[in-house]
Amino acid sequence: MAQTKRDLLVDPLVDNNPITLQVLGICSALAVTSSLQVAFVMALAVTAVTGFSSMFISVLRNQIPGSIRIIVQMVIIASLVIIVDQVLKAYAYDVSKTLSVFVGLIITNCIVMGRAEAFAMKNPPIDSFIDGVGNGLGYGALLLVVGFIRELFGAGSLFGITILPTVNNGGWYVPNGMLLLPPSAFFIIGLLIWAVRAWKPEQVEEREYKIQVVEGH
Amino acid sequence: MSDAPNQNKGPIARFLAAPPDSVGKTVFIAVSLCLVASMIVSAVSVALRPLQEQNKLKDKQANVLQVAGLYEPGMDVLEGFSVFEPQVVELETGTITDAFDAPTFDDRAAAADPELSIRLSDDPAGIGRQTKFATVYMLRNDDGSLDKVILPIHGYGLWSTLYGFIALEENGNDIFGLQFYDHGETPGLGAEVDNPRWKTLWGGKKLADEDGSLQITVAKSVPPAGVDYHVDALAGATLTSVGVDNLVRFWMGEAGFGPFLENLKAGEI
Repeated sequence: MAQTKRDLLVDPLVDNNPITLQVLGICSALAVTSSLQVAFVMALAVTAVTGFSSMFISVLRNQIPGSIRIIVQMVIIASLVIIVDQVLKAYAYDVSKTLSVFVGLIITNCIVMGRAEAFAMKNPPIDSFIDGVGNGLGYGALLLVVGFIRELFGAGSLFGITILPTVNNGGWYVPNGMLLLPPSAFFIIGLLIWAVRAWKPEQVEEREYKIQVVEGH
Repeated sequence: MSDAPNQNKGPIARFLAAPPDSVGKTVFIAVSLCLVASMIVSAVSVALRPLQEQNKLKDKQANVLQVAGLYEPGMDVLEGFSVFEPQVVELETGTITDAFDAPTFDDRAAAADPELSIRLSDDPAGIGRQTKFATVYMLRNDDGSLDKVILPIHGYGLWSTLYGFIALEENGNDIFGLQFYDHGETPGLGAEVDNPRWKTLWGGKKLADEDGSLQITVAKSVPPAGVDYHVDALAGATLTSVGVDNLVRFWMGEAGFGPFLENLKAGEI
């Protein structure tokens, strides 16, 4: 293996981040980042699901028939998501209330499926588990950054603790209401992708075509 | 491994070595995976159900406590809740009925049960079916006289059905508080129904004027009835405010708890 276990875990955080480089899993990143607490629990849930689904799929990888492999992956992922949802409802009821449908939608998160298909089908279980956890953390890290910006400037608080007292509650800060709406996450993620690619130019994709000056005949 | 002669292996090893794409193996993997997955999911669901139901109940009870102004962070909800006396009210007659066990009666389940609910033709609150029976929570003073009564209300806002409670003083007309415990309105706009500062606007308002007609209004400007019947609408959340207005007026009106409140005023409860 060219990649060490440490690379598998650390690479997806910045160098191969599923959101900023691969631009996967955007939909849920829009929906669950309006407050940090929700983003944090979502990050944990996705990390658990990508880690374990990759591991189980990897264990079965030599036995999964190619014709039904996507369905097999979906069954494993869906079961894990239901378990996560049930556990949240039992042990973190308030958070599960705010996450509502988005826990269930982890099933459709392209990152989970992407790691199963691209990595776990070809690599041993422990490597797959680490790769899944790394990608979950990469997704989670971006979720937390976006959640930080949105909650701080949209609601004047972090993890529900007031940092900038808002006008509605008798303070001085006029919150930017747009940041609490999903489209704002588009702008923030777009700017983050720009920032990361400015910092690491090797992430910039090659242009598909280029206008060239042809030397005169 | 595939080089080894098959006849020397047991049935399991032979199966594992078979090519994954054969029909038999495809069917076997599909069926057994579904079986295993469904067993695990059902086991988790069954094992965690008691905890989940307890959470739901606790959440609802905490909201009853909050709307009655008795909630303190970190308190024992179950113990605090024991000061309330749950009663099931038959909405049509406005009387308390013993036909159900009040502490366990589920209004939401009743609203879905054709036996216990009616389909509304005039449905300003947008709830579709209305339960014939609802659980109310009475709070009594030490001498047994009524202090407050907490009534469940729900109705459609912009995106979602808002579920909540309204707390009334013993005269059945003065509002003590209003609170929603379950809704999916827009964060920062409609979800400001949860804003503590907006909720305090409800305290001290009156439902009906001296002639007994329902006047409470959630609106931008003060209605002709006067400021005692007016709750300022939420800025930037017109449709949620209209929804709250509709649902409060519906549940406090004739089709809702109107008859019960009449009985309360007449001192029959």
